[in-house]
Amino acid sequence: MPMSYTIQFINLLAAILLLIVFAMLSQRRILSLINLFAWQGLVLTVSTFVVAYSTGQSHLYYSAALTLLLKVLVLPWLLHRLIRKLNVRWDVETLINIPTTMLVGIALVIFAFNLAAPISQLAEGITRGLIGIALASVLLSLLMMLTRRKAISQVVGFLAMENGLFFAATSATHGMPLVVELGIALDVLVATFIFGIFFFQIRETFDSLDITHMEKLKDD
Amino acid sequence: MENINLTLGILFQLCQSLLVVLLAPLLTGWVNQCRAWLQNRSGPGLLQPFRTLRKLFHKDAVIAYNASPLFRITPYILFGCMWLAAAIIPIIAVDLPFSPAADVIALVGVFALARVFIALAAMDIGTAFGTLGARREMLVSFLAEPALLMVLFTASLISQSTQLPRIVEALAHHQFVLYPSLAFAGLAFVIVLLAENARIPVDNPGTHLELTMIHEAMILEYSARHLALIEWASSLKLLAYISLGIALFFPHGIAEVGQWGALPLAIAVLLVKLTLAGAGLALLETLLAKMRIFRAPEFLGTAFLLAVLGLLIHFLLGA
Repeated sequence: MPMSYTIQFINLLAAILLLIVFAMLSQRRILSLINLFAWQGLVLTVSTFVVAYSTGQSHLYYSAALTLLLKVLVLPWLLHRLIRKLNVRWDVETLINIPTTMLVGIALVIFAFNLAAPISQLAEGITRGLIGIALASVLLSLLMMLTRRKAISQVVGFLAMENGLFFAATSATHGMPLVVELGIALDVLVATFIFGIFFFQIRETFDSLDITHMEKLKDD
Repeated sequence: MENINLTLGILFQLCQSLLVVLLAPLLTGWVNQCRAWLQNRSGPGLLQPFRTLRKLFHKDAVIAYNASPLFRITPYILFGCMWLAAAIIPIIAVDLPFSPAADVIALVGVFALARVFIALAAMDIGTAFGTLGARREMLVSFLAEPALLMVLFTASLISQSTQLPRIVEALAHHQFVLYPSLAFAGLAFVIVLLAENARIPVDNPGTHLELTMIHEAMILEYSARHLALIEWASSLKLLAYISLGIALFFPHGIAEVGQWGALPLAIAVLLVKLTLAGAGLALLETLLAKMRIFRAPEFLGTAFLLAVLGLLIHFLLGA
């Protein structure tokens, strides 16, 4: 079955999105993690733009512009600034067994694809297969938050999860109303600011951003 | 008509077989030359592998007194396997008379056969280095092989056939389609290519340092014509892998059997592709650093992951 080039292109972008999430899952350096997050935002912007162009939904152009501004420029810049101020720019995280995490990741992808299959049957529109990929990237970001110990990588995982949700929204339902999107964008921005403040608090209290310290309950 | 077709096919087959044997050392020379340029050295020139081969063929072979016949015949088996592989892969034309002999899975088997023999021969003499190299080679290849098979399965699923000519035709002669699954498979294939051909992140073909060498450790005991054949087989293997990559991912411009008119163009396109691939390989090797042997499983695990992802994406998106 020949598909139009638009759909092929969006499929390719979806595949790249999934690849980036896997790269984040296996990335040890915090700096590269943030760069990957910026790339993810860029892919998201392009895919939103293509969906807007192909379906003629003009409000999606705004959301593409919003994504570009927030997720490619502002948030990575904020995170870069944070790691510079916290002096963790070159930190390397010791991850537990990357191949195992990857295998769990593949299992999650299969699970997500199966889970999304009945939903995709219901969805109309050009991009049915993409719900599975969006769901997979949400689950993988969740896995990333579970396997990381540094607070910053957990926050990047959280933001990546939001990216996955956003991708599901644009590709499956041609986007949410603009008001909702603006609200979410603002939420994410504020959340990042608050996380930034938390980072400083955590470091001041525990002398480290490793959140395993927070599991010890001692009053001395 | 049948007879003419068969004769033409055999002519094309001979043409390709001769071409690959002569091109293979040239490709190795080109990769080395590019590496030299990238490292600000002037480099030995494109024809250096031929000079090395001539020198080696003129020397007298020295063989350990406890070597078994296996040790002597391995270079010939190795060369034969690699030549057969390079003859099966559609390099200048599809539908060669040899190509029904083996589909992609059998092709992986041919590579595996060569590997088993070189590993056995390396252990045959009983030196520490040979055994060490053979073990490391087996470690790397047992991780690379499933990834390679997954890559080939992805391509087979798209074209509904495991025969290489069918795969090439499905990709080359239909309208242009973007295949995300093939993009993943392509990335995985590059990693497998680096690992299987003893290239830099996994092995360094230019080193004789005991801690790092894999392929070189296995062939330390060989000399003269045996060594020449092994070196030539390695070049052929590199050429076979790169042509397999070209056939799977960029098959455009390949000729059909019997079309003499398309042949010069096909060879020109092939040369351009090989030049680009060789330069790309040299660039990759210069950019990457040799990794510890214990990091190799992780590296090849990534290849497997990418290939499996390609397969899954093919099932989900149907592309």
